[in-house]
Amino acid sequence: MLKSLLVVALVAAIAWLGASAGLGSLFGVVLPYVAIAVFLGGVVWRMVYWAKSPVPFAIPTTGGQEKSLDWIKQAKWDCPDTKWGVVKRMILEVFLFRSLFRNMHAEMKPNDAVNGGPRLVYYSSKWLWVFALLFHYCFFLVFFRHFRFFMEPVPACVGFFEMLDGMFQIGAPRFYMTGGLLFCAVLFLLLRRLANPRVRYISLFQDYFPLWLIMGIAGSGICMRYFTKTDITQVKAYIMGLVQFHPISAAGIDPVFFMHVALVSVLLAYFPFSKLTHMAGVFFSPTRNLPCDTRRTRHENPWNPEKNFLTYPEYEDMYREAMADAGLPLDKPLEKKSGE
Amino acid sequence: MAKLPTPEELVASRPEFPAQSWFDYKPKFEAGSYCYPAQKPTMELMHMPNPHDWDPAADDWNLPENWKEILCDAFADRLAKHRSLKLFMDICVRCGACADKCHFFLGTNDPKNMPVLRVELLRSLYRRDYTLLGKILGKTIGARELDYDIVKELFFYAYQCTECRRCSLFCPYGIDTAEITAIVRELLHEVGLGIHWIMDPVKNCSLTGNHLGIKPHSYKEIVEMLADDCEDIVGIRPKTPFNERGHEILFICPSGDVFADPGIYTFMGYLILFNELDLDYTLSTYASEGGNFGSFTTFNMAKKLNAKMYAEAERLGCKWILGGECGHMWRVINQYMDTYNGPTPAHMQTPVSPITGTVFENAASTKMVHIAEFEADLIKHGKLNLDPSRNDDLVCTWHDSCNPARAMGLLDEPRYVLKHVVNKFYEMPENTIRENTFCCGAGSGLNTEEIMELRMRSGMPRGNALRYVQQKYGVNRMCCVCAIDRATLPPLANYWAPGVTVSGLTELVANALVCKGEPKRTMNLRQEDLPHLDEEEQGE
Ligand code: SF4
Ligand code: SF4
Repeated sequence: MLKSLLVVALVAAIAWLGASAGLGSLFGVVLPYVAIAVFLGGVVWRMVYWAKSPVPFAIPTTGGQEKSLDWIKQAKWDCPDTKWGVVKRMILEVFLFRSLFRNMHAEMKPNDAVNGGPRLVYYSSKWLWVFALLFHYCFFLVFFRHFRFFMEPVPACVGFFEMLDGMFQIGAPRFYMTGGLLFCAVLFLLLRRLANPRVRYISLFQDYFPLWLIMGIAGSGICMRYFTKTDITQVKAYIMGLVQFHPISAAGIDPVFFMHVALVSVLLAYFPFSKLTHMAGVFFSPTRNLPCDTRRTRHENPWNPEKNFLTYPEYEDMYREAMADAGLPLDKPLEKKSGE
Repeated sequence: MAKLPTPEELVASRPEFPAQSWFDYKPKFEAGSYCYPAQKPTMELMHMPNPHDWDPAADDWNLPENWKEILCDAFADRLAKHRSLKLFMDICVRCGACADKCHFFLGTNDPKNMPVLRVELLRSLYRRDYTLLGKILGKTIGARELDYDIVKELFFYAYQCTECRRCSLFCPYGIDTAEITAIVRELLHEVGLGIHWIMDPVKNCSLTGNHLGIKPHSYKEIVEMLADDCEDIVGIRPKTPFNERGHEILFICPSGDVFADPGIYTFMGYLILFNELDLDYTLSTYASEGGNFGSFTTFNMAKKLNAKMYAEAERLGCKWILGGECGHMWRVINQYMDTYNGPTPAHMQTPVSPITGTVFENAASTKMVHIAEFEADLIKHGKLNLDPSRNDDLVCTWHDSCNPARAMGLLDEPRYVLKHVVNKFYEMPENTIRENTFCCGAGSGLNTEEIMELRMRSGMPRGNALRYVQQKYGVNRMCCVCAIDRATLPPLANYWAPGVTVSGLTELVANALVCKGEPKRTMNLRQEDLPHLDEEEQGE
C-alpha cells in the first residue's frame, strides 16, 4: 500500500521538479503523446489477445427465471434469451453495475432467536455499488468537462454540462461537484480497501496504485483550479497546440499542470497492462454476453474433439449374455455356443 | 468417521484470518480436509495421463518428473482454448464482492476460500508467466513461480469449490470461479491428480452406463422391484420399457434415483406418472445415467460420458429426450451437450408434449426437456388429477439446486408444480433461494464421507436457512430437483435442522396423483400412512 503511494508520489515529484527545471516539454509533450499511443495500442492489443482464444462453451450465468413455457414469466433483464436481450443486460451491467447492485453482506448471528442457535443473516449492502458508480461517472464527467481544453470552439454540450456541474456556486472559481465527488469516491474506495479486513487481505500493490494515481490526478486538478489558480487561457493554448500536433512552448505554465499531465499519462500507459482493462473486458465476459438460449441454439466449439465413447455395440458385446438372460432386447442375438 | 462438532462449536471454531499474507500460509492436509485420491488402476483404465499412487497427506505426491513442464504447457493450452480463462485472469479488480458469497468461505473462514483468492492462486502464476509487469516486478505485484507447494494448494482449494457459480452472479464482470475450478481440476488431472469419489463413478459410467456400476440386468431388476413397490402402493403396476426401439421419448435420469434412498421414491414417481399418462417412452440400460461426474474432471471426459444420450436416442429412434431431476446433469445438458455431441441425430424433433401438444421451443436444438417443465405444462393444462391433501403431513420448502438455478434459470417451473401437489409450502429467506441459492455444500463430486465435517461447514448457509423455516413454519420436508442434493441434504438437514427430510419433486407429484382406476390409496411412496386416514375412518 505504501509502496504504491511512494511510486505515485515519486512520479508527481519528478514531474513537478522537472517542469520547474524547464523540462516542461518532456512532461508536457513527449510523455502524453507516448502515453496515449500506449493506451490506444495497448487496449487494442489486449482485446485482440482475448479474442484470439475462442469461446468454446456458452456459459451465461442465469440471473433469474429462464424463458421456457409461455405462461412462465421470464426474467428478461437477468436471463435474456435473445441478442437484443443480451444488449440490455450488458447495458445494465456496464452503466448501472447490475451485478454489484445485488451485493449483500452475510453476518453470523451466533444466537438467533428463531433458529435457537447460529444463523447467517444477509443485509443488503449497496455502499460499494454507490461509490463505484459515483467514482466511474464522476471520472467520466470530469474527463468530459476537460473537452473545453481539447476543442475550439468548446462544444455547446460541454459548456452546458460545466454550467450544471458548477451549479452550486461555492467560492470564486465555480466549484465543480464532479471533481469533489470523484475525490471523495476514490477516498472511499481506498478506505474500504484498508478498513475491510477481507478486502485488505486480498489487496495487492496494483489495487492501491491506480487509486493513488487518480487521487493525485484529482488532487492536482483541484489544486490548480482553486489554489494555485493556474492561468487557464495559457493552458488551453498549450493543450490546443498538442491536439493540433503543433506543441508550443511550455514556459511560464504552472508546474502543477505538468504534474497533473504526468499522472494522467502514467495512468493511461499503465492501463492496458493492468486490471483496469476490466473496462474493455466486461464486454467479453461469457457469463454475461451470451444469450440464455443454450437449448434452443447450438453453440459451436472450434476445437471440439472427436467423439470417443463406449458405443452401444461395444456395450452389448460386454453384457450380451446377461442381457439375454434378463430378457433385455438385443441388437445382435446371442450366438448359440458351438456343439449345442 | 470422526465425530462432528455441534453446530455451535462448528460456527465458533472458524479461525480468524492468519497473520501472514496468503502467499505465505499453506493448507494443512489433515484427515477430513481432503478427498481420497483416485486409484491408479482407475486412472489407467480411463486413459488419464500420468496415473500414479499418491497420498495427499504425504510430502511427496509422486508427481511425474517433469510435472512443472506438464502443468505449464497445459496452462498455456487452456489459455489458448478458453477466452474465459484469459479474461478472468486479467480483469478481476479484487473488489471483494464475491468474498462472502461462497458457502465454503462462510463455513470455513479460510481466506483462500474466497472466490477471488481461489482464482488468485492460479492468477499469481499467470502474472509471472503471461504479464509484462509480473515478469518485471514479480512478488511485488503478486506474481509467483509454480512450485510443489502451489500444486498442493491448487488441489486443496479446487476441491473446496463445488462449482456452484454463486460468486459469478455477484461479480461485476461475471468472473466465474466455477470455470476456473473446472480448469484447475483439468490441469491437475494432467499430472495424475484426481479424487476417488469422482473417478470411480466416471469409470463405472463409461463401462456400465451409470455411475453406480449397475450392470444392465441388475438395472432392470432394480427398476422392476421399484415397479412392484409402485403396484403395492398405487394398486397399478407401471410399465417398465427397457431399450425398446420406436418409442417417441427416451427418458434419462440420474442413476442415483434408481438406487439410493430417497431418490428411489422420485424414480417411482416417474414410473407412476408416465404410466398414468400412457407415455410412449423407453428407459435405457445403456444410457442409464443422466448425471455426469466426468464434468468434474475434464471437459473431454464430460463429453465422453454425455455422448451416450444422443447415440442411444439415435439407435432407438426416439424423437426427443425427457430428462429427470438432476442438477449437474442439467448443467451439462443445458450448456454443454449440444456443443459437445450435437447436432442431434437427424430424425430427432423439437419436443412436443404428446399430452398437451405444447411445443418446447426452448429445447428446439438440444431436444431435451426437463421433467419439471413437462410436469408444469401438464398441470397448467389440467391433465393431472391431483389431490394435494395426500401430502398434508408435509410442510415443504424448496431448495434451488445451483446448476438448475444459475446455469439454467429453472426456478418457477418446479415451484408451480410443487404448489399444486402440496398444500403447505414456505420459502426459505429470500437471499438464499432462486438465483441467490446456496449450495448443498457437496456438489461437483465432493459428496464423499471422508470430508463430512467440511461438508457441514460448507452447507452451513443452506443449513441455517433451512433451520429458520423449520423453526418458524414447522417445515419438515425440503424438496429439490437434484440427485446429488438428495444424497447430500439428508445428512446436512440432520445436522443443521434435524427432523427435516428430503425428496425430489416427482415423488410428491406421484403422491398427489390420482390415477385412473386406482383403488383408494392409503400409503405414500415411502409406504407411510397417508394423512387424514384416521379422520376419514372415524367419519365413516
Ligand atoms: S467480485 Fe469479481 S472482480 Fe470482485 S474480487 Fe470477486 S472476482 Fe474479482
Ligand atoms: S463456484 Fe461456488 S463454491 Fe466455487 S468459489 Fe464460487 S461460490 Fe464458492
